[in-house]
Amino acid sequence: MLQEFPEENIEPLATGAWILGTGGGGNPYISTLNLRRLYAEGRRVQIIDPMDLADDDMVAVVSKMGAPLVGQERLSDPVHLARAVEVMEDYLGKPFRAIMSVEIGGSNALSSFLAGAMLDRPVVNADAMGRAYPEAQMTSFAIGNLPMFPLSLVDIRDNEVIVTRAASWKWMERISRKVCTEVGSTAATCKAPRSGREVKDWGIHYTVTKATELGRAVIEARARHDDPVKAVLDHEGGKQLFRGKIVDVVRETTGGFLRGKTVIEGIDADKGSRMELAFQNEWAVAFRDSQPVAMTPDLLCLLDTVSGGAIGTESVRYGQRVTVVALPAPELLTTPAGIAAVGPRAFGYDIEFTSVFP
Amino acid sequence: MYRVGIDVGGTNTDAVVLQGKTVLAGVKASTTEDVTSGVIEALEKVIEASGIDRQRIGAVMIGTTHFTNAVIERRHMEEVAAIRLGLPSGAGLPPMVDWPDDVREIVGNHGYQVRGGYEFDGREISPLDEDEIVRIAGDIRAKGLKAAAVTCVFSGINDAMEQRTKEILQQHCPGLPVVMSKDIGRHGLLARESAAIMNASLLSLADRTVAAFGKALETAGITAPFYITQNDGTLMAADVVRGFPVLTFASGPTNSMRGAAFLTGIKDAVVVDVGGTTSDVGSLSHGFPRQASTTVDIGGVRTNFRMPDVFSIGLGGGSLVVETDKGVTIGPKSVGYRVRQDAICFGGKTLTATDIAVASGKADMGDAGLLAGLDPSLVEAAAKKIDAMLEACVERSRISSTPVPVIAVGGGSILMPDKIGDLDVIRPDNFAVANAVGAAIAQISGETDRVFSLIDGRTRESALAEAEAEAREKAIAAGALAETLEVIEREDTPLAYLPGNATRIHVKVVGEMGGHGG
Repeated sequence: MLQEFPEENIEPLATGAWILGTGGGGNPYISTLNLRRLYAEGRRVQIIDPMDLADDDMVAVVSKMGAPLVGQERLSDPVHLARAVEVMEDYLGKPFRAIMSVEIGGSNALSSFLAGAMLDRPVVNADAMGRAYPEAQMTSFAIGNLPMFPLSLVDIRDNEVIVTRAASWKWMERISRKVCTEVGSTAATCKAPRSGREVKDWGIHYTVTKATELGRAVIEARARHDDPVKAVLDHEGGKQLFRGKIVDVVRETTGGFLRGKTVIEGIDADKGSRMELAFQNEWAVAFRDSQPVAMTPDLLCLLDTVSGGAIGTESVRYGQRVTVVALPAPELLTTPAGIAAVGPRAFGYDIEFTSVFP
Repeated sequence: MYRVGIDVGGTNTDAVVLQGKTVLAGVKASTTEDVTSGVIEALEKVIEASGIDRQRIGAVMIGTTHFTNAVIERRHMEEVAAIRLGLPSGAGLPPMVDWPDDVREIVGNHGYQVRGGYEFDGREISPLDEDEIVRIAGDIRAKGLKAAAVTCVFSGINDAMEQRTKEILQQHCPGLPVVMSKDIGRHGLLARESAAIMNASLLSLADRTVAAFGKALETAGITAPFYITQNDGTLMAADVVRGFPVLTFASGPTNSMRGAAFLTGIKDAVVVDVGGTTSDVGSLSHGFPRQASTTVDIGGVRTNFRMPDVFSIGLGGGSLVVETDKGVTIGPKSVGYRVRQDAICFGGKTLTATDIAVASGKADMGDAGLLAGLDPSLVEAAAKKIDAMLEACVERSRISSTPVPVIAVGGGSILMPDKIGDLDVIRPDNFAVANAVGAAIAQISGETDRVFSLIDGRTRESALAEAEAEAREKAIAAGALAETLEVIEREDTPLAYLPGNATRIHVKVVGEMGGHGG
């Protein structure tokens, strides 16, 4: 059963995806503009329930890869996402039944929509993270130990790369990241193809609906003058960690990632304290007065205190009034295999994972 | 010494004289087509009303909504060439892609995408296609375009291609003003490009307007320096405005909010500034205008200036009231500064929002007798519509459901009811000239924006401190009181492609102008 994704859902999807992006994945604004242009041309996206996939259906997993800071200047074009899928189809010699995004967080939530609209293929109501993460091995498919190759990568200059085989998810990440950095730290990719069975077993399901409804809750709270931050917490069962003002941002674009930290000075109940949010494309660990208090895979979101909208690692700046919240992670990510793949140690922090959701 | 604040709005030109924290006098004159005579009239009136010696005026601060109004009303904007350097990236989203259709048409929709641009690490995306720039120069001449805006992908990292494009364009089109996006905005291609295009389209208006201000002061025999207020409530030298009119875009709302806070002493409120053509609504939080956290729409165009979060609607004292078969409409067209001639209550022939306020008994001005012939049901419908429009934008700006007062300022605030929903409306003394008061108390800034090499023991922290010290020195040299200085911008961008661990640091500090006494 296919269901048309109506144009009026684009805005809520983008708003919700940006919050679930936990600071990374890039602001969906540019992707939203691209999708609206495709809708204006008369193209439409159909949504397919993951459970409606046949076991042997082939599903393309797409993503724009790279540093979000780069995407704000080098605007993406849906042509390349579609091309990445076609390159993969040519290589495999068979067509995809449907398309899904690798991550529901940030602009990649819309990547499957852009490719789907271009190629007239349905979009799966699922992703492989339930949020956003910077690296290939940080997916539910990697946690499920599924094959990680082949991968196709397309840039703006007619460079097309297929990684036919890799020794591990980490090697796939290293090789594809190297290529991505070389072509300007932004590229369209089609990851290892998934069968319908694999998507049913290992995908994070119904995240398109989740992002859209979260976004709608925020937009409606704004319209009612309710507290949109509270709307986020209520909708997701989250916890408020800190409220304050940004006093410093340190950024470094290295190895195709945006790394750094942002420092928040507390106000109201948090007056006198400081929170430091360390990031690698996404917010990874929150330190309150130097003590780690929340960390991945719990979702750390930096929200504009007034609008409830997400603030990304690439757009956070001095003086913003912000609230840090934690949202529960998809269950799979908090299993031992999940924590090994996406826990604090995966980001180089020698900290035992402790959830703020006991 | 006295400080004179002048606000040149679409309808009125207001002036105030401040001595320290006291408003000695505030007056209103009508804005005139030539700008100059309105400013002279306001100056003469306020000097007379305050009884001061014009030689003892220390500085004149001018705020103007001229450039914002031009965009909102889609007037005085010229057609410009909008050139983006970055192909083959971004081809699917051409310049002005997210603009409302009508503004895009007014600036001519002359978008060009050219091969060029940089990667984040300073490498070229493609070499600059200089032949294409020469061809565009020919196009500019053929179409008779008055200016160009050039935006290069990652021009914040390297501005060489924007510079080179300007050079080629000016070689082939002598005297053509070329706006480079790196001078206007920050990281974020579309928003920076849009700001550069709007800036280019307003250059002729800026030239005329600044010249008119200078002439007015000269005619009034005032020799004190004059400044123009910009988005963040700080002052810039008048000549800078000729090149960068967009930097004044939100100065009107900033001035009125700062003026409203100054006049009432209230720190948390919604401020509604009703002018002749538009109403601006924003929030005061802890005495300062709440800043928009990311992007701000100007006339429907998305920009990323640091600006107060203000919502503007096309409703003012001069807004046209028109009966259509779908009911009554108010604005956005306005008779603007001609309200005192064109409105029916002033003997004119055009039905305006001011006439509705007078006819419904909210305001007493002009000759109510002239409105006797109006259909009472039309007056009622229009009055209801005006209340609903104001209520909707107050609701939109309100930041919490906690009731806060609404401060009504501006000459058109006669349109405001005594209550908006459950919120009380406060009108301070001198409410009509709050903008001019805000201009008079505008702050002085100091700014550093340059590349630092993090070598020989210089760390990021020490470089930031150095930059801040430089900015503070500049602000103090420009007349700011050291103890009032506060950092409002602090940003560093590592320039990965330069040797020596180079980083670009931008720090801006603001403070109160000294010499309040006397």
